[in-house]
Amino acid sequence: MNALRTAFTELWGLFVEDATLTVGTLICIAVAAFALARLGAPAHWRAPILFVSVVLMLLENVYRGARRR
Amino acid sequence: MTWLHASTAFVAAFLASLVECVEALTIVLAVGTTRGWRSSLLGAGASVIFLALLVALFGPALGRIPITTLQLVVGILLLLFGIRWLRKAILRAAGVISIHDEAKIYERETALMRETARSARSFDAVAFIACFKAVSLEGLEVTFTVLAIGAGGSLLVASIGAVLAAVLVILLGLALHRPLSRVPENTLKFTVGIMLTAFGIFWIGEGLRYPWPGEDLALLGMIALLLIFSVVAVRLARARAAELVRT
Repeated sequence: MNALRTAFTELWGLFVEDATLTVGTLICIAVAAFALARLGAPAHWRAPILFVSVVLMLLENVYRGARRR
Repeated sequence: MTWLHASTAFVAAFLASLVECVEALTIVLAVGTTRGWRSSLLGAGASVIFLALLVALFGPALGRIPITTLQLVVGILLLLFGIRWLRKAILRAAGVISIHDEAKIYERETALMRETARSARSFDAVAFIACFKAVSLEGLEVTFTVLAIGAGGSLLVASIGAVLAAVLVILLGLALHRPLSRVPENTLKFTVGIMLTAFGIFWIGEGLRYPWPGEDLALLGMIALLLIFSVVAVRLARARAAELVRT
């Protein structure tokens, strides 16, 4: 049981380290998947908008990360 | 699959595997030199078999998932995985968190293993488990990266990249018999983080059926832009950290 828990923790750690980064990334994806079409964003703009939103979120996270330490 | 896609997949898989194999080698060398090679190599070997079984079990199942679902799921996981690497590499490059030091890790592992050292002739469960765990954890990251990068039809190319990296690290380890501390690990992690993040975003776009400007070329464009933004992020983080030290 302990080994399973360790394995799960390690596996989880592969994808999640900073919770705000993970949540921010998932929000960017959710907006791209569900909101852009409803907001009437042209199809050829949706993928680049996803890219830009992820990059901006990363920049904000790094800036905040530098402040925290 | 275009040459561009294949070559990007090869480079990303090769570099990601190189980083993970160097980390695994450090632990195996530390355990092997202090507690004996037999049990250490048995642990590392058992882990390779375990990883091969995982690939054999889950690899064929991937082929049965509809391609857009696969691209979306793999894209999300790859983006979460890659952006975590990239964030850490940016903060390390900015001096906010300490650089991963293979020599220090080797010394720490060696000291830890010496505390409970025993005869190299008998089976050493501690050495076996330590090596099994290290190779499994790093190998799991390699396996995931290769499967995720190769999800779009470049699995063979990505696998070749990963195997070449593993062979290179093993040969260097055999020749040097010490951790590969001169490998510019953070630069490699920086590069891999950028590539995995770009691949992740690309697959998500493909999975959502959103057209990319320039199609596959968008991947190269994203890699270039991510590099520029990451350099900006390093400067931002460095300036912010320095500002906080002054106040």
